[in-house]
This record gives sequence, C-alpha cells and structure tokens, in this order.
Amino acid sequence: MINQRLLIAALQNGLPLVSHPYAEIARQINSTEQEVIDHIATMQQQGDIKRMGIVVRHRKLGYTANAMVVWDIADEQVDELGACFGQFDFVTLSYRRPRHLPDWPYNLFCMIHGQDREDVLTNLQLMINSCNVEHIKYSVLFSKRCFKQRGAIYINEKSIKESA
Amino acid sequence: MAIEPANLHEKASHMGQHVEIESIQQILNQFQHNFPLSSTPYADMAKQLGISEQQLLTLLKELKSSQVISRIGAVFKPNRIGVSTLAAMAVPQHRLIDIADIISAYPAVNHNYEREHHFNLWFVVTAENKEQLNKILKDMEQKTGIVILSLPMEKDYHIDLGFPLQLIDGGTKKKKDEN
Repeated sequence: MINQRLLIAALQNGLPLVSHPYAEIARQINSTEQEVIDHIATMQQQGDIKRMGIVVRHRKLGYTANAMVVWDIADEQVDELGACFGQFDFVTLSYRRPRHLPDWPYNLFCMIHGQDREDVLTNLQLMINSCNVEHIKYSVLFSKRCFKQRGAIYINEKSIKESA
Repeated sequence: MAIEPANLHEKASHMGQHVEIESIQQILNQFQHNFPLSSTPYADMAKQLGISEQQLLTLLKELKSSQVISRIGAVFKPNRIGVSTLAAMAVPQHRLIDIADIISAYPAVNHNYEREHHFNLWFVVTAENKEQLNKILKDMEQKTGIVILSLPMEKDYHIDLGFPLQLIDGGTKKKKDEN
C-alpha cells in the first residue's frame, strides 16, 4: 500500500528532472513506479489533483500585471456570477470567500493575469459587460511586489518524519 | 526582472539546440496540463516535440534555474489535501518589508504579495488541518502585532492556473507600449 501523505509530500516539491521521475519518487517513498503512477491517476480522477504539469511563474514570462478583483454580491446571486466570471480564459481563479464586516464587504474573488494593467482592465470591462454586473460594487487590487511564490506545502517534512 | 520573450529566445539559441521561442511556448502550453503518466514522461514529451529527451531535460533545467518554471508537479484542489486560507493584513507602509519578511519566513506560506489597497499584504497559508492553521495565524498576529483578515475559500467556481500563454504577442505588445 502506498502512503498517500508521503506521495503528496514528494509531489508538492515537483517531479525530478530525470528519465524515470516516478520511479525516483517511488524510491524515495518506498513504493513502486507503477503504484505511484496509478495513485496519481486515481487522485486526478477523484479531483484531488487539479492538474499535473509545468507550473510557470507568470511574471517571468511577461505577464507582469495581476489583479485580484473582489465583488460584493448578494448571497443568492453569487453562484451564478462566480460561474459567469469563471468562464473567461484570463480569469484563473473564481472563489467565494466570507465577508468580514465592516472591514471587508466582498465575497467573490477573481484573479486576472495580464501583460499590463490596460490588458487587465480591458478584460475586466468585458467581464462586467458580459455578466451584467454594472451595478455591483467591486474593487481591483493590482499586485505590486511579490515577496514569495512557490507551490503549496501542505505536509511539512518534520511531521512526516514523526509519523513515519 | 521579467525575462522578456526576446531574452528567452536568445537563451534558447545560446543553448545550441535550435530550440525556438515557439517551441518553448509550445512546451509550456502543452504541458501545463496532461503531463504524461508514463514510465518515461520526458522522453514522451520530447518525442511529441521532435527533440531528444536530453535536449528537453536540459531546457527544462534551464527554465527552472532561470525561474520561468516554478516546478513540474501536481496542483492540488484547495482544501481537499490539507486546509488553506487567504490572509490579508493592513500594514503601515514603513513596516511593510519587515512584516512581509516575517510572513514569508513561514514554510506554511506559499504566496505573499503586496497589493494596492488598504489591506496591502496578501498571503496564502496552508496546513494539514484547521487547528494547525489557526495556530500559525495566531502566531503571525503575535509576531507582527497586526490583525489578520482570514478569508478561507468557501466555494470554487473555477480554478485553472494553466491558461494559454502568448509569449510572442506579449513581446510585440510590450514594445508598442514603450513607445
């Protein structure tokens, strides 16, 4: 039996750049290549893994503008509009999150990546027109400095050693 | 410090592999998703691209060391494996770098950005479970003396961090804007 926690810990650091990366991971977690491949396939089917592949740093590729657009949407409308915003190619995330009144009235968050601010704002206008949200309050939070960006670490190595 | 597509092109040809910018775009776009689940995924990718496995591995290593590629791996569905939250702080401008450094030092933090808003520091915190997450947030508040707005995801309508990249048009557009 494969240890899923160990597999996730190995995958969150990324696949090694060697001819047989799954075999290499199997060696690290005391499993077999076939078990590792099968388990990843199962996690993909179950939706636990959203995608497998190259994770790029958009800023390094000229996508220097990135805005988090937040909306204050009536609770009964948020599902419909969350899905409407999510259909655009340039919207990479569309999430509902809790309000924190009075400081934070916004409950729907979209991430828009673009090559410059103008690009992002043009796309935002397209979303507003297409989803008919001209009347809804929103705020655009452009990113400035990036202090840290890397893959999520859900399982730290210390706790693995403790449980191993 | 972004690597302009033109520099990327130069980088590619310097490697003496005749790998064109179009190929890099093709590699990134094709393999942001559907990375092969075979014994030799890089050899399979290379075959599709018409280059050798060694050429591809060298190029990927190069893209990784120049930080164009963050990693090749799995993107997990939020809150299915462990828990996470989007956290925000309203930091006085003169303390921003110090506070950002304190936050970035936590291994549990993966993204940490300054944004244009009264809430000007935004970061994602992940942990194995809720208690650990709350413990980390509390610790951050104590260390910084700044209250955290914690906004965990309640529902995802769309997540796809692998959108199609347009490296070539990007280069053209940049030049136009600079004039």
